[in-house]
Amino acid sequence: MSMNTENNVENNGTEGSAPSHEYLTFVLAEESYGIDILKVQEIRGYDTVTKIANTPDFIKGVVNLRGLIVPIVDLRIKFGLGKVVYDEFTVVIILNLNGRVVGIVVDGVSDVMNLKGTDLRSVPDIVASIDTKYITGLATVDEKMFILVDIEQLMTSNEMALIDSTVVQ
Amino acid sequence: MAKTILAVDDSGSLRQMVAFSLKAAGYEVISAVDGQDGLNKAKEKTVDLVLTDQNMPIMDGLTLISNLRSLASYNKVPILMLTTESSDEMKAKGKAAGANGWLVKPFDPKRLIEVVQKVIG
Amino acid sequence: MTIDMSQFYEVFFDESEELLAEAERLLLGLDIADPDNEDLNAIFRAAHSIKGGAATFGFSDMAEITHVLENLLDKIRKNEMALTAEHVDAFLAAKDVLEMELDGHRNATEVDQNQVSNVKAVLKSLSEAGSVAVKPVPVVVAEVKVEAKQEAPVVDVPEGMTIFDVALPEVTDKDLKNLKEELELLGDVTSHQQDSGRHVIRLTTDSSQDDIISICSFVLDPNDLVITNPAGGEAVSAVSAPVASEQVKQEATVAAEPVTVKAKDKVQVEEEVGYGLFAEDGKDDVEEGYGFFAPFTPHKDATKAQLIGDDTPVSAEASASQTEAAAEASAAKTDAKTNKTRREGDKPGAVETTSIRVGVEKVDQLINLVGELVITQAMIDQRVSALDPVQHEKLINSVTQLTRNTRDLQESVMSIRMMPMDFVFSRFPRMVRDLATKLNKKVEFVTEGATTELDKGLIERIVDPLTHLVRNSVDHGIELPEARKAARKSEIGRLTLSAAHKGGSIVIEVTDDGAGLNRDKLLAKAKSNGLDVSESMSDSDVFALIFAPGFSTAEVVTDVSGRGVGMDVVKRNIAAMGGSIEIRSALGFGTTISIALPLTLAILDGMSVSLGESLYVLPLNLIVETMQPKMEDIKTVTGSGLMVHVRGEYLPIIPLYALFNQDTEIMHPTEGVLVIIEAEGKKAALFVDSLVGQQQVVIKSLETNFKKIQGISGATIMGDGSVALIIDVPTVIKMGQSNIKEGVYA
Repeated sequence: MSMNTENNVENNGTEGSAPSHEYLTFVLAEESYGIDILKVQEIRGYDTVTKIANTPDFIKGVVNLRGLIVPIVDLRIKFGLGKVVYDEFTVVIILNLNGRVVGIVVDGVSDVMNLKGTDLRSVPDIVASIDTKYITGLATVDEKMFILVDIEQLMTSNEMALIDSTVVQ
Repeated sequence: MAKTILAVDDSGSLRQMVAFSLKAAGYEVISAVDGQDGLNKAKEKTVDLVLTDQNMPIMDGLTLISNLRSLASYNKVPILMLTTESSDEMKAKGKAAGANGWLVKPFDPKRLIEVVQKVIG
Repeated sequence: MTIDMSQFYEVFFDESEELLAEAERLLLGLDIADPDNEDLNAIFRAAHSIKGGAATFGFSDMAEITHVLENLLDKIRKNEMALTAEHVDAFLAAKDVLEMELDGHRNATEVDQNQVSNVKAVLKSLSEAGSVAVKPVPVVVAEVKVEAKQEAPVVDVPEGMTIFDVALPEVTDKDLKNLKEELELLGDVTSHQQDSGRHVIRLTTDSSQDDIISICSFVLDPNDLVITNPAGGEAVSAVSAPVASEQVKQEATVAAEPVTVKAKDKVQVEEEVGYGLFAEDGKDDVEEGYGFFAPFTPHKDATKAQLIGDDTPVSAEASASQTEAAAEASAAKTDAKTNKTRREGDKPGAVETTSIRVGVEKVDQLINLVGELVITQAMIDQRVSALDPVQHEKLINSVTQLTRNTRDLQESVMSIRMMPMDFVFSRFPRMVRDLATKLNKKVEFVTEGATTELDKGLIERIVDPLTHLVRNSVDHGIELPEARKAARKSEIGRLTLSAAHKGGSIVIEVTDDGAGLNRDKLLAKAKSNGLDVSESMSDSDVFALIFAPGFSTAEVVTDVSGRGVGMDVVKRNIAAMGGSIEIRSALGFGTTISIALPLTLAILDGMSVSLGESLYVLPLNLIVETMQPKMEDIKTVTGSGLMVHVRGEYLPIIPLYALFNQDTEIMHPTEGVLVIIEAEGKKAALFVDSLVGQQQVVIKSLETNFKKIQGISGATIMGDGSVALIIDVPTVIKMGQSNIKEGVYA
């Protein structure tokens, strides 16, 4: 995949919430997704996790990331996308969402690309594994479509069960 | 050769500011948190100049000055009062206690250094 | 040379915060009829210190209020004005405003300007009320005034007052208005506009010129000001660099028609200028903002070469009577000492010996590292204990020594984080006072054990729950004076806040001698709320009902504690800190709410146990014993699952694998280990695969990046880098009980 190198961030800002900077793209099933690179702390391999009782199966557990206890979520399980294997190619994207560090397991990390506002299209009724309410736009680069996801909103949503809901038990 | 200044003030921020400024101007600085502390430190070694606040707990500036003047080693060491009060009354008291001068707070570092240089070079 | 003053801000903020807290504490303790002079002095010093720093670092709003505050306090401590309750109220309000302004500078939080001007107005009116009192006037100044009256009859100077004309540069109307308002704090203000369009403010005040300058500097660059004393002073620029001041002086002669200085007016001039040098010949060296008394010859005086220098003592008053020889001897002495001084001065730490301020992150980092060290040390210890003690005697001795050192190190590092409870307690006298006033109640507030130390993290988190409990006690616990009288109690309620060490925990109690909890009312309320209650419940169980969500015992929802967090939140907060809460109460006599907290959050003495592939850690202090049960010890009780017979009692067995839904091959208690755990007065036998070992672990929160998991109180990192979960024993016992009820283990 080629990088859109000359498209250095031009802030044509006021165009709705359309972001215009660097995205990390990854593959989940057959689809390519892009997330704001500023939310990505690092990319690592998959280590053994410590399972946590009575949590949904897509929450694999927690790992020790240089002294931090970090939960790992397998998006493949969460979105029911077949063949869940853990091997030396399994990739964990460590996200830093406003200070909260979480890891997500995906099929593979593709690339970092620059997108400017004009590359983005709004969201039609597309069929994607991720709920459209977390999708901020679509981008086509070299005839390949990327689904841009608001990863912070997705990961902090109730359905990810990563954060205490406000309901008292 | 660096001269040593004893700076006595109960306010930590001012103490740091004074110490920092004077050090930046090439002086050695010993800080003390009140009159008693100042007196103890002054006895430990004779400094080239004493700068002291007036209003402090335990021992105030005037008492410190009188105490210093009663020491042979501080007979001739210049002492300046740092004070927010600039009344004649306070100055007269300072002078009577043995101070050589005063510097009105608030002062900026530049002023402080200017005055100190005037006194001890 | 430029010095970045902002580097001192943080120290100033911290220091001011402490001074404000101290001032508040002293204010609340003041006996208005007969205030302690030392206390008044200390409050005065606090205001004075903050003012000095605020003015120096440019926080003009704070300098302004502390200035007025200081003047008032000065009058009171000098007995020129009697202390009244209004004073104390105004001072407390001023303290709040200062704190707000401080927060504004520090955290860019909003400052309620209405509140600020209210406080200013109150302070001002108090000052004016007090200015009726006769103040001593320095003789010299008075003399000048008389003269001034003769020379300038137009100027009518009230007794003890000085008139200043402040000539302003071109200013906006808004600045002019602000400036006038500021100056009104000092005295009477009139203003007129000159032909040039510039404004001149005439101020009649008992304050000094420096006060005017410091007040003006909040609005204008003082360099642009020309202040004159129409009663006989010289026009002077306000502050700063000689070049600038020269210029201003020239302007001044044009702008403000100054009166020429006469030698005999010298003292007066010094006061205005702020500094001056006294010389032996009577010609004083006058500079701005400082001064030297005669006979003192400063370094750069014309005669300095002979008098001062590296090898000559500075002349002082005594020098005239001394002989040359004596002076020289003393000079040599001074020189020798200077050399010594320099060597000593090289040593760091000669400055600021009493305390250092360190960021909490640094301390926490240190604690974490020591925690890791403790773990590593424990591993070494474990390995070494497997060695032959004779063959490896020296190694074992060294490791024993290392163990001791590590423990000592850990203890001292942990103590850095410990803070006295006073940090929390000190905020309550004020709150109780305000609250009692608002509710028309009379409350005597007592604290005990304020020096008891607690981990800083816990200290911060205990504030909200305690605040709620104290409010509750004043609001719902302590009765109105009439009701207390009717109940033959003292009209004045007593509220005690205490802290004490008990075993491995610290117990904090809020006790009131109020109405107490009404068991019958609680039960009735619980029933109407649809809670499962019965008349046969124990008192402590009934009282614990108030911790149920949405449960309030107040018949009327009051403004004070009817809103906001309820007792359920208090309980949850305490539980999240690893603590527990209980209530003791007697109807008509009062209520005690008792909170037990661990001493520190960071480190736990734990027992690690295995379950399938996982390791879990149990807090050692909650383990009664461990056992490998025999078949005959295990009983199956219908509806209660498995029970184990231990020392004459039957305890429910909670299989951890079932509770946590985890795979293991060990399915029967006789194949594994039972850990008898006890919390909140209840015991249970936790069934795990095996015991792994005893060790200290560093507690890490799961909630930092994840969330609270039922039955888990935190996590820790083991020697091999893997994560082990720490079991929340009280919750696990409860979970086990409800599972047993539901027949999960049957």
